[in-house]
Amino acid sequence: MTVSVERSKCGYCGACVSVCPTGALELMETWIEVSESCNDCRICVKICPVGALEVCR
Amino acid sequence: MKERYDVIVVGAGPGGSMTAKTAAKEGLDVLLIEKRQQIGDPVRCAEGVNKVYLKEYIEPDPAWISAEVKGSKVYSPDGTMVEMSEELSGAEVGYVLERKVFDRALAREAALAGVEVMVKTRATGLLMEDGFVKGIKAEYMGKQYEIMADIVVGADGIESKVGRWAGIDTTLKPRDMCTCAQYLMTNIDIDPDFCKFYLGNKIAPVGYVWIFPKGRNTANVGIGITGHMSGEVRALELLDEFINKHYPDGKKIEMVVGGVPVCGSIARTVSNGLMLVGDAARQSDPVTGGGIFNSMWAGDIAGKVAANAIRRSDVSAESLQEYEKKWRVELGRDLDMGMVVKERFTRMTDDELNTLAHSLEGVDLGSTTLIGLVWALFKANKKLLWDLRSIFIGIKEIESEVKKEVYT
Ligand SMILES: Cc1cc2nc3c(=O)[nH]c(=O)nc-3n(C[C@H](O)[C@H](O)[C@H](O)COP(=O)(O)OP(=O)(O)OC[C@H]3O[C@@H](n4cnc5c(N)ncnc54)[C@H](O)[C@@H]3O)c2cc1C
Ligand code: SF4
Ligand code: SF4
Repeated sequence: MTVSVERSKCGYCGACVSVCPTGALELMETWIEVSESCNDCRICVKICPVGALEVCR
Repeated sequence: MKERYDVIVVGAGPGGSMTAKTAAKEGLDVLLIEKRQQIGDPVRCAEGVNKVYLKEYIEPDPAWISAEVKGSKVYSPDGTMVEMSEELSGAEVGYVLERKVFDRALAREAALAGVEVMVKTRATGLLMEDGFVKGIKAEYMGKQYEIMADIVVGADGIESKVGRWAGIDTTLKPRDMCTCAQYLMTNIDIDPDFCKFYLGNKIAPVGYVWIFPKGRNTANVGIGITGHMSGEVRALELLDEFINKHYPDGKKIEMVVGGVPVCGSIARTVSNGLMLVGDAARQSDPVTGGGIFNSMWAGDIAGKVAANAIRRSDVSAESLQEYEKKWRVELGRDLDMGMVVKERFTRMTDDELNTLAHSLEGVDLGSTTLIGLVWALFKANKKLLWDLRSIFIGIKEIESEVKKEVYT
């Protein structure tokens, strides 16, 4: 499982990157990339100020 | 771009530009890289800053001053107002900046001091050798580069990876970060002389709404809530609710989202060949979320320490302790004190916030230092804030008063 980013919502602020315990997220410039190290903890989903992240199956 | 520099600074926010400028002025060969194509944009900030402090580091320029304010008005959940202004005589105490222009002005100052600046250049990792950071890996226009340096400074903001790459865990827990949303609004009725804050668990659970004036009928209207309160409701939804109620005719001309570290001082901000500065070092204030000045202040220290360490030909973690020690003496103390205050306020019910506001009627809250302000709050309502008593011990300015108020 991993996390998906709804790009039309994301404000590329990097808040999710700062809480990710596995370093799975990276703010490139105007988008977020998710790597395989995501462990589905959902912390990023919780803190995103706009709700742009979702766990996908 | 050269193959090697004395110092590479990652991130051209206020912390990075200040570090780079100071290091260059000390005679070092400095590279400053920024992954965005436009320094300062998009903004992740409410743009409020203490004017007196800022002037120590940069000559004020109307190009990046959006407004000047005399103080703050804080509203408790029942609408009781508490005013805080440095000089009730009317001197202005703060600027509301135009960060897009401000951040660029700082980068320009660094460039003019001799720093090489590269935009659209992202650090992707560190070069390591024998336990020392020896430079960075970077990506620019689709190509990978390896650039060497004696010292790397991570000034890469909230999303910092530089520290993690060097083995310093800067991951924030949800309760140690503030998740925020803001609009630049116009066509609204504002008080141009005051920043306003609205507290209350319904308006902003464990957080607050802010209104920072930016000229005629215009202001940054934003909200920050602690990360652990986010999920069921989100910062942006709560902000929309507040705006629908207070500014139904307001027009939104810009949207800002972001996170602020509110974790207090972290265990370590240096390692062999590496220093962290600003939000990357989690140096923002845990109570206010302010980090512009802190990052510049720390950056200036880091730039000087980099020069000292390189002159000593010793960039080990021990040598860079000079930075660690210097920033902790002043700022570290404030951050830790801020954490105690934050924890107490986090637990306050709306009724308690109201009681506290009522007990402040007629009290002079003129102090601009956090300790001075908290001391005034404490004296006004010792019962409610008794848990805070330990933070006043050993503070010189109020030593004799503390003896009287706390120990009798
Ligand atoms: C909504 C909100 C409101 C705020 N309001 C205020 C306020 O009113 N007053 C105040 O003082 N503070 C405020 N802050 C905090 C303030 O914005 C920050 O503390 C300040 O910007 C920190 O400066 P910095 O230089 O450490 O980091 P930043 O300004 O975040 O700069 C970091 C830079 O590093 C770049 N970067 C990151 N990773 C890399 C990489 N791998 N390679 C290259 N570049 C990279 C980023 O693109 C960014 O430009 C607010 C924050 C938010 C989110
Ligand atoms: S926290 Fe949300 S808005 Fe911010 S970068 Fe992550 S996904 Fe985008
Ligand atoms: S779900 Fe957890 S591990 Fe996965 S990206 Fe989000 S914070 Fe990181």
